[in-house]
Amino acid sequence: MYKGGKIIASLIIFIGLLTLPFFYNMGKANAGPDVPLDTPAIQQLADKDKECVESPEYMRANHMQLLNDWRTAAVRDGQTVYVNSKGTEYEISLQDTCLKCHATDTAASPVVLNNPVSSNTGMSNPTLNSSNSSPQFCASCHDYSAVKPLCWSCHFEPKEAVK
Amino acid sequence: MSINRRQFLRRAGMITALGLGSSFIISGFRKKEVAEAAEYGKSSKDLPAKRWAMVVDMSKFKTEEDFKRVTDACHSLHNVPDFKNTKDEIKWIWKDDYHHAFAGGHNQYLDDHVIHSPFMVLCNHCENPPCVKACPTQATFKRNDGIIAMDFHRCIGCRFCMGACPFGARSFNFKDPRPYIEEISTEYPTRTIGVVEKCNFCYELLAKGLEPACVAKSNGGLIFGDLADTNSEVRKIVSTKHTIRRKPELGTQPSVYYLIGGDDHA
Repeated sequence: MYKGGKIIASLIIFIGLLTLPFFYNMGKANAGPDVPLDTPAIQQLADKDKECVESPEYMRANHMQLLNDWRTAAVRDGQTVYVNSKGTEYEISLQDTCLKCHATDTAASPVVLNNPVSSNTGMSNPTLNSSNSSPQFCASCHDYSAVKPLCWSCHFEPKEAVK
Repeated sequence: MSINRRQFLRRAGMITALGLGSSFIISGFRKKEVAEAAEYGKSSKDLPAKRWAMVVDMSKFKTEEDFKRVTDACHSLHNVPDFKNTKDEIKWIWKDDYHHAFAGGHNQYLDDHVIHSPFMVLCNHCENPPCVKACPTQATFKRNDGIIAMDFHRCIGCRFCMGACPFGARSFNFKDPRPYIEEISTEYPTRTIGVVEKCNFCYELLAKGLEPACVAKSNGGLIFGDLADTNSEVRKIVSTKHTIRRKPELGTQPSVYYLIGGDDHA
């Protein structure tokens, strides 16, 4: 190879520069959000109410798809009851069903975030007024993964009406 | 180090197979399990109907208070904002005068009382809704029970529906409505800037077995029922008494009837 030594040396330097960030961050894995599932609000519920509409694994992976299906069923097809895989019936309502457990607990300590960059306000659209913040349960993961769903520019936590 | 045509084709084929195969390995095996064994159904309290309709008994709307009570019941339940000016005004149910409500070729010898009375007007939930045809995203659609509903999630704010509606029943959020809602109702979501809204015949209450908010507060002035049911009160009134509808000549077949004259009315 013509001038092979120089080419190979340059390639090694190039790859070294390219992978520098990976080596730099090695061993500093971000632990991810710590979502409290054991809040006082949930502890007060009866045992049978402590289970989510589907299994936690399913909800973690597919809650967005499920919410889309709920929306289509309730708004477009007028079907307001969801029968889950175990045969339990739930009312299709973001506010009355999801937030019954996942509402922000003002008394409890705020959600612990390991990622220092994120805040727990979860503004869906900063141009709108600040009352449309996500519940902390939603925000703890959405902020971490920089997802900005628009749910709370129209829907709200019941506590806001009490203010 | 030249290659001939056969070698080139063989290598290209191998690389293509490798690419297709690896994309299958990455996406094919990680397919999300979306189909959970779950079903959707209606609530046991849900009121079934083929065509919801309303009769407005004008004899029950005499004072300003009669109109305000009904409008307030609806607007406070549905978080309708009050922008304090008519240009941005959002209306679901409101009062209008005879000439605006029943525009076009009125009988000039009509009873003065009728001509000068205000009328309760709202979305007519037409049988042939021009707004549904105009909507490019199917945000406005006709439900099986005849209600013309809106899916606010889908509305892109093009306002074609407002142009198509001959009754002016639709309002547009030119501003963020949240700061202009006096008291937030937890029973219904708010809207955002850039979304059209209108009366929905309270389908969220019908699903819970309740009658619409305006009907509940009208002291019998608004009668609600299934027009397809021959035993329903609305059907009996429409088939036996003199009722008029707004702009019937347009062929939209409104579902809101106005009962004027007859018996103890008007």
